[in-house]
Amino acid sequence: MNLTLKIWRQKGPSAAGSFEEHKVHAEEDMSFLEMLDVLNEQLVHEKKEPVAFEHDCREGICGTCNMVINGHPHGPQRGTTTCQLHMRHYNDGDTIVIEPFRASSFPVIKDLVIDRSAFDNIIQAGGYISVNTGQAPDGNAIPVEKQDASQAFDAATCIGCGACVAACPNGSAMLFTSAKVSHLALLPQGEVENGKRVYDMVNQMDKEGFGRCSNITACEAECPKEISVDNIARMNRLYVKSVFAGTQGNEKN
Amino acid sequence: MWITRFLTSSIGQKWVMSLTGLFLITFLIVHLLGNLAIFAGDNGQAFNVYADFMVHNPLIKAVSFGLYAFILIHAIQGILIAIQNRKAGGKAYAKKDTQGSWASKNMALLGILVLAFLFIHMGDFWFKAKFGGDNAIAAVNYGNGDIKDLYSQVAISFSKLWIVIAYLIGLLALAFHLLHGFQSAFQTLGLNHSKYNPIIRGIGIAYGILVPLGFAALPVYVYFQQTT
Ligand code: HEM
Ligand code: SF4
Ligand code: FES
Repeated sequence: MNLTLKIWRQKGPSAAGSFEEHKVHAEEDMSFLEMLDVLNEQLVHEKKEPVAFEHDCREGICGTCNMVINGHPHGPQRGTTTCQLHMRHYNDGDTIVIEPFRASSFPVIKDLVIDRSAFDNIIQAGGYISVNTGQAPDGNAIPVEKQDASQAFDAATCIGCGACVAACPNGSAMLFTSAKVSHLALLPQGEVENGKRVYDMVNQMDKEGFGRCSNITACEAECPKEISVDNIARMNRLYVKSVFAGTQGNEKN
Repeated sequence: MWITRFLTSSIGQKWVMSLTGLFLITFLIVHLLGNLAIFAGDNGQAFNVYADFMVHNPLIKAVSFGLYAFILIHAIQGILIAIQNRKAGGKAYAKKDTQGSWASKNMALLGILVLAFLFIHMGDFWFKAKFGGDNAIAAVNYGNGDIKDLYSQVAISFSKLWIVIAYLIGLLALAFHLLHGFQSAFQTLGLNHSKYNPIIRGIGIAYGILVPLGFAALPVYVYFQQTT
C-alpha cells in the first residue's frame, strides 16, 4: 500500500518544529514501526536525517514506542502499543498524521522522542517497597487473596509509556501514578508503606507540573494496557486517608 | 500546615470541587422543591409565604452564607484548575480526537455559563429584594402583616422573553455540568465500586436532566401564563 505520512520534525528541545510530508510504501503485515523503518531507510538513501522515534522491545512491554497517530496515542487499536499495531488496519492511499506525545511535563527531545523523566521521579518518590536483600522469599509464604492479587496484577501491567498523559487534555498523570500506587498497595508487602508512598508519589506528581484529573477517562480509553480509572479512585482514597490518618510519614517542610 | 498542603495538592483541590459541588447539588433540590410553590396557581400566595419564611429563618440565613461562600470557592477553584490544566496539557495536537464526553472536557466553560446565569438570577431577585430599598418590591398582606410580594417580581422578570431565554441557556449549561459533575464528584472522593457505579451514574443522569428541567419549567410557565 502507498501511504502519505505527515510527520512531526523537531531538531531539538528548543527548536520550533513542523510537519513534513513523505510518501512511503508499506506491506500490510508490517508493524507500524517497521513502516517507519522503511521511511527512515528511504531518508538515509536520500541523504536526509532519519526520523527519531523511540523503540526497544517491539513486543508491547517496554513502553517506549510513543507517538500520536491520527490523534490517538499508540494509534487507533484499543489496548495496543504502536509496535503491536499492524499496517493491515490501513488502506492504500491513506494519509497518517504522526506527532509526539504532548504535555508540558513531557518536553520533546527530538522529532517523536519525548523526555519522560517526570515519571522516573514519581517512581523514585515512592514506587517501591523497602526490603533488605537476601534469599529470595518462598513463593507462597505470604498468602494473598485472589481478588487482590488480580487487581494488583492488572495495575502492575502498566508499562509507564505515558499515553495516559498524552491522551489527557489536562496533561494529568493520575492513571500512571495510581497504577503504580495500586499494584503495591493491594499486596501485603506494599501495604505497610501505603500512607507514605501515596503521599510522596502524589506530591512528586504535582511538583512535575502534571494537571488535575477531571475524570474525563480519555486515559483509560487510550491506555495500551487498559489500566482502569478505578485505580484513580483508589489513589484518591489512599491519599486522603494518609493525610487525615497522619500516616504520610515524616513530612519535610 | 498539613491542611493547607492538602488543600493545595492536586487531589485536595479536586476534593474541594467535589464537596462544594455536592453541597450545591443538595441545595438545588431544596431550592427547586420550594419554588414549585409557584405552580400552586394562587397568584403567588404560597410562593410569597414560603419566601418570607426562608428570608426570616435564622438557620436558612446561616446556610445561605455558606452557600454564597461555596459557590465562590467552587467557581474560583474551578477556574484556577482549568487554567493550570490548560498549561499542563501542552501544545495542541494537529489532529485531535480526544476521548471522553463533551461535558467532561468543557466543565469550566459550562461552569462560567452557569456563573453568568447566577449573576442575572441574583441581580434580578436577590439583589432587588435585599438592597433595592423599600419600594423595589411591593408588599402584600395575607392576614399576617405585610410581606414582600416577591412573586410580582418573578412575574415581571419572566414576562421578558430575553430573561426566559437566558434562564434556559443557563439551565442547559447546568444540565451538562451535572451530567458529568455528579458522577465525577464520587470518583474524586474515591467512592467507586463496580457494584455501585451504575447506580451513581443512573442517579446522576436522572438528576442532571430532571432538576434543570424542573427549574426551566418555572420561567416558561410564568411567561406563558402572562402572555395567554
Ligand atoms: C449550582 C451550580 C453548580 C453545581 C451544582 C456544580 C457541581 C459540580 C460538581 C458536582 C462537579 C464535579 C466535581 C468533581 O469532579 O469532583 C463540578 C465540577 C466543576 N465545576 Fe461546578 N457546579 C456548579 C457551578 C459551577 C460554577 C459557577 C463554576 C464556575 C466556573 C463551576 C466550575 C466547575 C469546574 C471548572 C469543574 C471541573 C473541575 C475539574 O473536574 O477539574 N461550577 N461542579
Ligand atoms: S497507565 Fe497505561 S497509558 Fe499510562 S503509563 Fe501506564 S500503560 Fe501507559
Ligand atoms: S517498543 Fe516496547 S512497547 Fe513498543
